[in-house]
Amino acid sequence: MLEEILVTARSNPHIDPVMDVWGWEISVYLFLGGLAAGIMFFSALMLLLNKDEEAPFSVNGLALLGPVVLSLGMTTLFLDLSHKLFVWRFYTTFEPTSPMSYGAWILILFYPVAILQVVSTFRKGYPFFANRVNDIPLVVRLLDLVERYRRLIAWLAIPIAVALGIYTGILLSAFSARPFWNTGLLGPLFLVSGLSTGAALTALIARQHSERRLLTRIDAGLIVVELLIVALLLINLSTGAKPQLDAAAMLMGGSYTGWFWGVFVALGLLVPLVLEYFEMRGSVRRIVMLAPVLVLLGGYVLRAITVDLGQETTWIDYQSEFNTQLLERLH
Amino acid sequence: MALYAMVIDTKLCIGCGDCVVACKTENKVPEGLNRDWVVEATQGTYPNLKTEFRSERCNHCSHATCVYMCPTGASHHWNGTNIVLVDPNKCTGCKACIAACPYDARLIMHPGGYIDKCTFCHHRVEKGLDPACVSTCPTHCMYFGLLDDPSSTVSELLRTRNYKVLSPETGNQPNVYYLI
Amino acid sequence: MNRREFIKISGLLGISSVVPPLFLGGCSAHPLPGAGQVSRTPTYCDMCFWKCAGFVEQENAQPWKITGNDTDLHSEGRLCTRGTGGLGSYEDRDRLKKPLLRVTGSDGRQTFREVSWDEALDHIAERLRSIAERYGPDRTALLNHGAGANHFKHLMRAYGSGSNAEPAFAQCRGPRDVGFELTFGEGLGSPERTDMEHSRCIVLIGSHIGENLHNGQVQTLATALRRDATLITVDPRFSVPAGKSKYWLPIKPGTDIALLLSWMHVLIDEGLCDKDYIKRYATGFEQLTDHVARYSPEWVYLETGIEPGLIRTTAREMAASAPATLIHPGRHTVWYGDDTQRSRAIAILNALLGSWGRKGGLYIKENVRLPKYPLPDYPKPKSTFRAAHGDRYPFANEGVTNALIEASIGADAHYKGWLVYGTNLPMTIPGIRPQLKAAMDSLELVVVVDTMPMEITGYADVVLPECTYLERYDDLRNAGERHPSLALRMPALEPRFDSKPGWWIAKQLGHRLGLDDYFPWEDYAEVIDWQLRQVGSSLEEMKKTGIKNFPRTTAKYFSPGEAVSFYTPSGKIELYSQQLADKGFDPMPEFIRPEQPPQGYYRLNYGRMPAHTFGKTTNNPLLFQLAPENTLWVNPLVANEKGLTNGEYVRLANPDGIFSNPIRVRVTERIRPDSVFMAHGFGHTSRRLRLTANVGADDSELMTNVKVDPLMGGTGMRGNFVTIVKETV
Repeated sequence: MLEEILVTARSNPHIDPVMDVWGWEISVYLFLGGLAAGIMFFSALMLLLNKDEEAPFSVNGLALLGPVVLSLGMTTLFLDLSHKLFVWRFYTTFEPTSPMSYGAWILILFYPVAILQVVSTFRKGYPFFANRVNDIPLVVRLLDLVERYRRLIAWLAIPIAVALGIYTGILLSAFSARPFWNTGLLGPLFLVSGLSTGAALTALIARQHSERRLLTRIDAGLIVVELLIVALLLINLSTGAKPQLDAAAMLMGGSYTGWFWGVFVALGLLVPLVLEYFEMRGSVRRIVMLAPVLVLLGGYVLRAITVDLGQETTWIDYQSEFNTQLLERLH
Repeated sequence: MALYAMVIDTKLCIGCGDCVVACKTENKVPEGLNRDWVVEATQGTYPNLKTEFRSERCNHCSHATCVYMCPTGASHHWNGTNIVLVDPNKCTGCKACIAACPYDARLIMHPGGYIDKCTFCHHRVEKGLDPACVSTCPTHCMYFGLLDDPSSTVSELLRTRNYKVLSPETGNQPNVYYLI
Repeated sequence: MNRREFIKISGLLGISSVVPPLFLGGCSAHPLPGAGQVSRTPTYCDMCFWKCAGFVEQENAQPWKITGNDTDLHSEGRLCTRGTGGLGSYEDRDRLKKPLLRVTGSDGRQTFREVSWDEALDHIAERLRSIAERYGPDRTALLNHGAGANHFKHLMRAYGSGSNAEPAFAQCRGPRDVGFELTFGEGLGSPERTDMEHSRCIVLIGSHIGENLHNGQVQTLATALRRDATLITVDPRFSVPAGKSKYWLPIKPGTDIALLLSWMHVLIDEGLCDKDYIKRYATGFEQLTDHVARYSPEWVYLETGIEPGLIRTTAREMAASAPATLIHPGRHTVWYGDDTQRSRAIAILNALLGSWGRKGGLYIKENVRLPKYPLPDYPKPKSTFRAAHGDRYPFANEGVTNALIEASIGADAHYKGWLVYGTNLPMTIPGIRPQLKAAMDSLELVVVVDTMPMEITGYADVVLPECTYLERYDDLRNAGERHPSLALRMPALEPRFDSKPGWWIAKQLGHRLGLDDYFPWEDYAEVIDWQLRQVGSSLEEMKKTGIKNFPRTTAKYFSPGEAVSFYTPSGKIELYSQQLADKGFDPMPEFIRPEQPPQGYYRLNYGRMPAHTFGKTTNNPLLFQLAPENTLWVNPLVANEKGLTNGEYVRLANPDGIFSNPIRVRVTERIRPDSVFMAHGFGHTSRRLRLTANVGADDSELMTNVKVDPLMGGTGMRGNFVTIVKETV
């Protein structure tokens, strides 16, 4: 028997007894970031594939949601910082070994590209407002100019969207200290999930039936890919070393089993897939609206599980000889 | 990179925690927070037993994942050595370094909000003194010095005694050695 | 910052100021430790009795840290965990702040009222005078612990009291000191005269050096281990030194005397004693040989559980390293009531190995010949501490606290008034609470002088807040040691709140009692300065260095063949003690089988933890952060049987129906299945100790089965049994 304990009371907040430095703020950001990536991706993709007739909202109106969603996400990201006054320090340097540094700059790059997307499709996407500014010659000239470069802007947007969608997964997977995250599959998983939520949201908002059908088909395909990646992830964990096996155990029999299988896999992936299949076959519309909502829910739950479970997996875990809550008496 | 190492003789360590209190007072660590701690590991069944005490802290790894993951450069290696420090003026409190450390060696400095950890008392090292924990240990079981210097005590100890580091499989190349 | 200011600051920095103080970043918000104005004041520690010298360091007039004094050979420039945490006692928010007087309110309830020093001191003096008039000043006693007690010992003797007692005798080291006195003519003292840094073989009988943190003991033991000395530990529990031993003897509790006698048997039988030493210095060898003849390892194995082969091997190891073999005398030796005899056995074993007065064994102490400040002679008291125990405990040459408390009960009690200094009697003396309560009913005056609102303050008529050792002068440290030295304790910080130094309190009381002649100085610094000038130093000099080392003038060890006279009746080391025989006690130690726990009960084993000086420091905020509670060590077999898990809280109950506070379970193999272990000092009930009140369990309240040593009154504490009660909530 090995008894390995801390014999001096250690109670560093958010680290003992289990690491929880990242909470809902990060899960929400990861979800919204993935969603924004999906939004930017599909608004650019639909434009490049000339789907103006089939998917008019995606081509012309969707792009505006990108910066809105991302800004919401960046707000929670900001809330997570414990040294908020120094947030500007992200932007006084670029650290090539830190995925978070890449992410900080990608987040910044997102905005100009998204704005250009919006401007380049403004007249077609928001005619009500476009008509209002028709009599301002400067604005008209600007809109004309940017519209000419619609396709170029869309080509720029694709890699930015992919970068935004994948970097958070790469960031988490770069943490060798957190065995659950430390897999190359996490980046692709987050990207596919982000794109899936983007497609789902668009399907939810779009009015035109052909657009909804198109995006639902795309989303179904993405869900299948996502299921494959999840399967690979589970295989990877179950055939890994002890830290990975411990993480796998938490998903299969442990405290995360219900959330993972019941909510994420069943409600977030399988049920929408089935519903979308029926949608493609042309079945009852109302029930089918449930599918995108469940996809969005599943997207958030995936992030939440990843963030929480990852922090619980560790190389070193000491029990404490003492009840560290006693230290609260110091206050 | 000049390598500063701490070498701790587990055969003499009694797990008294003097190192923990010395660090707290020297570095004015806020109440309830710890830069170092003591672990007791007992193996066997009564009466065939073996107990080992370890004073643990940041390992100032040569391959410090916390430095790699820091997005602002706040976590950095000091002065071309392996001593990892956090610049509070660059730290945003994103906590990536905390997630990156396999040894749970970092902490959030309340109320400042920036990230803090053992600094190998570099403010003493640059004056030619040992870290506070090493200087106070009543069994004199802690040593500190430059591994690059073959005549330093730490180099000699690692040459002549069996030793181990914590979880070498993390790949971080920790620089706190335990003589066994 | 202008140029003149900068020079001023750098001139004051003790250590190097060449390095720019603000290293990181360009912002001044996070200066590195030591970058400001640093000052150092010497002191010696009061966290335990070892009195290590150190410096209180302050940065920008704020307390910063306490570090060791490099020139102090007594502590090698290092402080232990408690010493390093000493500032916690200064910063403790629960410190006594103002004098308190017991008053009865209009509702009939008794409570404490904050009063001025004048009112408190006047009240005490008036009562003391009253007791002196009606009964005599000798009917008062001082119960004390700590270096600062000297001021009150002086006061009480000047007043005419002849009785003082410290728990350190009957609750701690008493049996060992008496056992060694009976054998070698001298006790061991504090610090113990163990020469471990030169030992080749060290034998610990139950001593858990490393969990108890007597700095010099830990350092010299570590030095011995570093030099590959053989460590043999005899302990039922896998203690810290057991874990570092070449041989650990997991002895059945209470059977140590059998083992010691068996070792003597082996040494004598195999001719391994230091024959020359014994011939030269000892008497009673033949009687001893006869006496130990029947303690063969084979027979002793049945009692102790230690295999005969191991007994022989360890005896031979001891002999092989002799005379640099130390059978450590231990310190807290009040275990089973036969403790003086067990210490005699340890002393005899040392004698057989020839370690007394030899290198690696027990050295000869020397302290500095420091003249006492010239004062009038004390009056001869009409009675002394012996009045407390009468004919009992014939070998007690110091006050027996438990007897003194008993002698304070009832209208005809001998003692009418107490001054209690720095000792928390309810938790210090096992099973004493009923007697304390009874004594409180009849005592006419109880004064408590302390730094913290310990449980004893609840019994006081007057509580006087003393400032901590960091805020006052006390006597120079002049303990007999390997190297004679003097250490200075001076105030590094201003006394907080309305607390005062002990010397001031004593002088003020002395003044009110008409004893000004005994306090002819204004400030105790004068006394210290005077003393230092007698030995070629001064207070001025000591304020800078803290320590003055003196060369030895006597030999540290016997020279080979030297004629030595011991302070025993025979002038020799008494292996056979006629003194004991004359008083009707065993002249040589006998083994008495210990009581066995009843069915369902476990032996209550207790000890120290390095973070604390038992109950004294559990409220110290720095040390509290290290170890906030004690835990109950339970063997996994017991845990399985009783369904206990790590971290669960249980209570302990003893056969007399006493229940303890809840205590946290620690399932560990380090304790045997028939015992449980906990650190002593927790389970405080005083609510004014806000950090530690009701945290952990108090072992001393479970110790109702006290085994009193008939030779000197020691209260043996290891004869207690407990059962584990799961919390039903």
